[in-house]
Amino acid sequence: MNRSVVIQVLVFFVYLFFQVLILKNAVMFHVAFCFLYVGYLLLMPVETNPLILMALGFVMGFAVDVFYDSLGLHALSSVFIMYVRNYWLAGLTPQGGYDANALPSVANNGVQWFSTYTLPLIFLHHTVLFYTEAGGFDYFWHTLIKVLASTGYTLLVMLIVEYVFPGRRS
Amino acid sequence: MERIFLFLYQYRAFFTFLALELFCAWLIIQNNQYHGAQFFNSSNTFVGGVNNFSQNMRDYFSLREVNMMLAEENARLRKSLEQRNQQIWSGKMADEEITNRFDFVSAKVVNNSTDRYTNFITINKGSKDGVAAGMAVISSYGVVGKVKMTSSHFSVVTSLLNIDLRISGLIKRTGHFGTVQWDGRDPQVVEFEFIPRHVKVAEGDTIITSGYSGVFPEGILIGTIEKIELREEAPFYELRIRVAQDFRKLSFVSVVKSNLLHELDSLELQIPDMKR
Repeated sequence: MNRSVVIQVLVFFVYLFFQVLILKNAVMFHVAFCFLYVGYLLLMPVETNPLILMALGFVMGFAVDVFYDSLGLHALSSVFIMYVRNYWLAGLTPQGGYDANALPSVANNGVQWFSTYTLPLIFLHHTVLFYTEAGGFDYFWHTLIKVLASTGYTLLVMLIVEYVFPGRRS
Repeated sequence: MERIFLFLYQYRAFFTFLALELFCAWLIIQNNQYHGAQFFNSSNTFVGGVNNFSQNMRDYFSLREVNMMLAEENARLRKSLEQRNQQIWSGKMADEEITNRFDFVSAKVVNNSTDRYTNFITINKGSKDGVAAGMAVISSYGVVGKVKMTSSHFSVVTSLLNIDLRISGLIKRTGHFGTVQWDGRDPQVVEFEFIPRHVKVAEGDTIITSGYSGVFPEGILIGTIEKIELREEAPFYELRIRVAQDFRKLSFVSVVKSNLLHELDSLELQIPDMKR
């Protein structure tokens, strides 16, 4: 269609392969995982249709799953936060509302707003992900440590990416 | 009727959400079963190829260690071959089918994880090389896992570090058998269950495979006892075992083809209670 869609698709693959080739090996202390691909989903323009968001969440999650041998796991968590995302964004509307086609990025809204926006969603994503993977609450405390450590790790890397490539996503 | 459509349309986001989540849940459940979805996993050619590339990069960092390990293994194998030859020459000819009971296919690890609850290993040999689901996988240091599924050139192995895998093992010194299972925490420590309290176990005792299921050859090393716990009134010990194989450094493995498995299974099937 237009140029921005082509760029979006390219960026999709950059995030995907960065995740499965590099970040997959960058696990810290056996508990902290970095799922940067969530950043791609969270940085979609503010006014994106929720149906498109969920479809994107599913495709991204599914693609990651194929490489992680965990069919459906990442897809489930990603679709979940994509559903919640727009409600959460609506609740966080800054004074004067969002600009048309604005990105929910650090450059547009500041680092404080960005953290309040992403932190709960990343936490939600990781909670669903790790507890589903553990198959319930049998390993409650150890899983909780994994969730908290990974949430911090992912947010940190996401912020670094935001500062290295400011404004535009990529 | 129209109102139903209107209702569905009004809440389309929610229903799409529900449908996608149910589909994902179904996928997860499918994948947990023994023969899961056959295509969308890392034994698929494209994904396997990408992982292969990625592993090749990583291999450069461990070349020296792998070389040393292989040299050690060579020496050990040469020694045991010599012993075997001696036995044969000294006239103790065993039954041909028993001596050829296990075949080995050597394979390279192209993808591996140790930090999740359900860890899998992808290797670069598949059904074309005679690998089939259910076969045992070992390395020069000890037990690695069990083949979950295969494509023509790759296989996915359920790692010993997978909370769903159980392997029958025994204490080499006393001969008591139990079950080895991972508890999802430390990738170097697994649990050994069902050793009754009258057995006298000691730290440092060796745990080997029992060979009861016919999948693993008998006497493959699993690890050594690291911590012994016996609660008041508990019927069994809680034993923690340090695994012999460091799963983070896995690079070459052997798939074990058990030629007499069918015979063993069909014999035991006649006694219905024996197969657990």
